[in-house]
Amino acid sequence: MKNFAFNVFVIITLIPSFWVALSSNIVHAAFSLFFTFFGVAGLYVLLGADFLGVLQVLVYISGILVLIIFGVMMTQRAQMEHISTRLPGRFAGAVLSVLVFGGFMVAVYKTAWPKLTELPEPVPTTSEIGNLLLGKYLIPFEVASVLLLAVLVGAALIVRQSVRKE
Amino acid sequence: MADLYQKLVMLLGDDLTVLILGIVLTLGFIQFNSLFLIWLERKVAGHMQLRLGPMEVGPHGIIQTIADGIKLVGKQLITPRYVDKWLFMLAPVIVLMPVPLAFLVLPVHPGVVVLDMNVGILLIFGFSTLNVLTILMAGWGSHNKYSLLGAIRAVAQNIAYESPLLVTVITAVLWARSLNMSAIVDAQDKIWFVFTPWGALAFLIFLISATAETNRAPFDLPEAESELVAGFHTEYSGMRFAMFFLAEYTNMFIVSAVGVTLFLGGWRGPILPGFIWFLLKSYVLVFMFLWFRWTFPRVRFDQLLGFAWKVLLPIALVNLVVTGGAIKLIDLIR
Repeated sequence: MKNFAFNVFVIITLIPSFWVALSSNIVHAAFSLFFTFFGVAGLYVLLGADFLGVLQVLVYISGILVLIIFGVMMTQRAQMEHISTRLPGRFAGAVLSVLVFGGFMVAVYKTAWPKLTELPEPVPTTSEIGNLLLGKYLIPFEVASVLLLAVLVGAALIVRQSVRKE
Repeated sequence: MADLYQKLVMLLGDDLTVLILGIVLTLGFIQFNSLFLIWLERKVAGHMQLRLGPMEVGPHGIIQTIADGIKLVGKQLITPRYVDKWLFMLAPVIVLMPVPLAFLVLPVHPGVVVLDMNVGILLIFGFSTLNVLTILMAGWGSHNKYSLLGAIRAVAQNIAYESPLLVTVITAVLWARSLNMSAIVDAQDKIWFVFTPWGALAFLIFLISATAETNRAPFDLPEAESELVAGFHTEYSGMRFAMFFLAEYTNMFIVSAVGVTLFLGGWRGPILPGFIWFLLKSYVLVFMFLWFRWTFPRVRFDQLLGFAWKVLLPIALVNLVVTGGAIKLIDLIR
C-alpha cells in the first residue's frame, strides 16, 4: 500500500517537472509546478513528516507558486513569448547538471541511512519542531527571519522608487 | 446498514472504511449544501428587498435550485476559440478538488471526525487557498481581459486577507494549544473562545477576512458585475460555471464551520445533539455572510487592500501578542 502510494506521488512529482523544464509556454510551465509541489507534499506525509507536508502545501503552493504565476503573467507579452528550450549554452548546461546530479548521488550514498524493514508509525512532529526552532536552532531561525524582513523592506523600497519617478 | 458496514470493514480495514464513508457523505453533503444555500441566498435577498424570491417551483420555491441544476447540466459547454485549452478545462475540475479534504478534519459531533489529524487546521487552510490558483487558471486561460482583471484582483485580495485570517487562526490555536481540530473544540469546554475579550476581537477580524477570502460582497471585486461582467468565470458556461458556483458555496460553509470550531465551541451546546449544534451554528454564520452581501455596498479596490494591510493585520498581530500574554498570566495565577 505504502509502496503504491510512494510510486503514485513520485509520478505526480516527476512528470510535471519535466513539463516545467521542457514546455515552451511559460505559463504552462509555471502551472505544472503545482503538481510537482503537490507530489513532494505527498512524499513528506508518506515519510511521516505531517507538519512539513502540510506546510509545503500552505507555503509553496498557495504562497510561492501563486506569486510565481502572478509574476509570469505580469511579464510583458508572456502569452506570445514562446521561450526557447534549446539554449546556446547547451554544453555548459549539460556539464553543470551532471555535476549537480553527481553531487546529489554522492550525498545520497555517503549518508548512513537508518535501515528499516518496516516504516515506523507516524508520530506528531509539530511540537518537536517548535521546540527545536525556539531552542537549539533559535539563532539560525532568527537570522532567517531577519533576512525575510530585509527582503520585505527592500521590495517596498524598490516599488516606492518607481512610484516616485512617475 | 450495520451488516454492510461490517462487510466493508472486513474488506478494507477500519481506517479506509471510515475514510471512504466520510468522503461519500461529504460529497453528498456538498451537493445538498449548495442546493440549499443557493435557494437560501435568493430567498434572503428577496425578503431583504421586500420581494418574495423564487416562489414557483415547489412550496416557496424550495426545488427551484434543482430545476436550475438540471438546466445547467443540459446546457452546451462553450469553449471560445482562443482560450488556453488546458488551463481553461482544468480550472473547473481543480476548483472542487481541495473542498472535500477540508471536511475530513472537521469534528462534527463528539468523537466523530473522519481524519483526526494533528495538523488539521493547517490542512484546511493549506487546501482552501488552492482556490486562488484555480481562479488564476480560469482567468488566464479564458483569454479575456475581464477574466484576467478579475483573477488579478482575486489574487491581490486573497493574499492580503490571508495574512490577518491566519494570524487570528494562530490566536485561536495558541489559546487551545493545539493544531488538532478536536483538541481545539475540547479546549473550549469551559468557555467558548469568542467570549474572551481577545477572542471576540479575533473572531471579528476572522469574519471580515473570511468574507474577503470567499470573495463575497462587500469584497466581491473579482466578480464585480458592474465593472467586470462576471470576473474570472465570464467565459464559462453550463456545468463548468456550475462547478465554480458549487465551490464558492461550499467554501462559504467550510469557512463558517472553521469559524464555529475555532471560536464558537464547535459542536458544544445544551440539550440538542452535537452535530445539530454544529450545523446550526455554521448556518447562522453563513446567514451572516448573506446578510453582509445585501447590506453593504461594494468597497473600492484601494480601500479593500489598504484596510487589510493597514488596519486588520496590525490589530490582529497586537491581539496575538495580547493573547499570548494573557495565557502566560492565567498560567501564573493557576
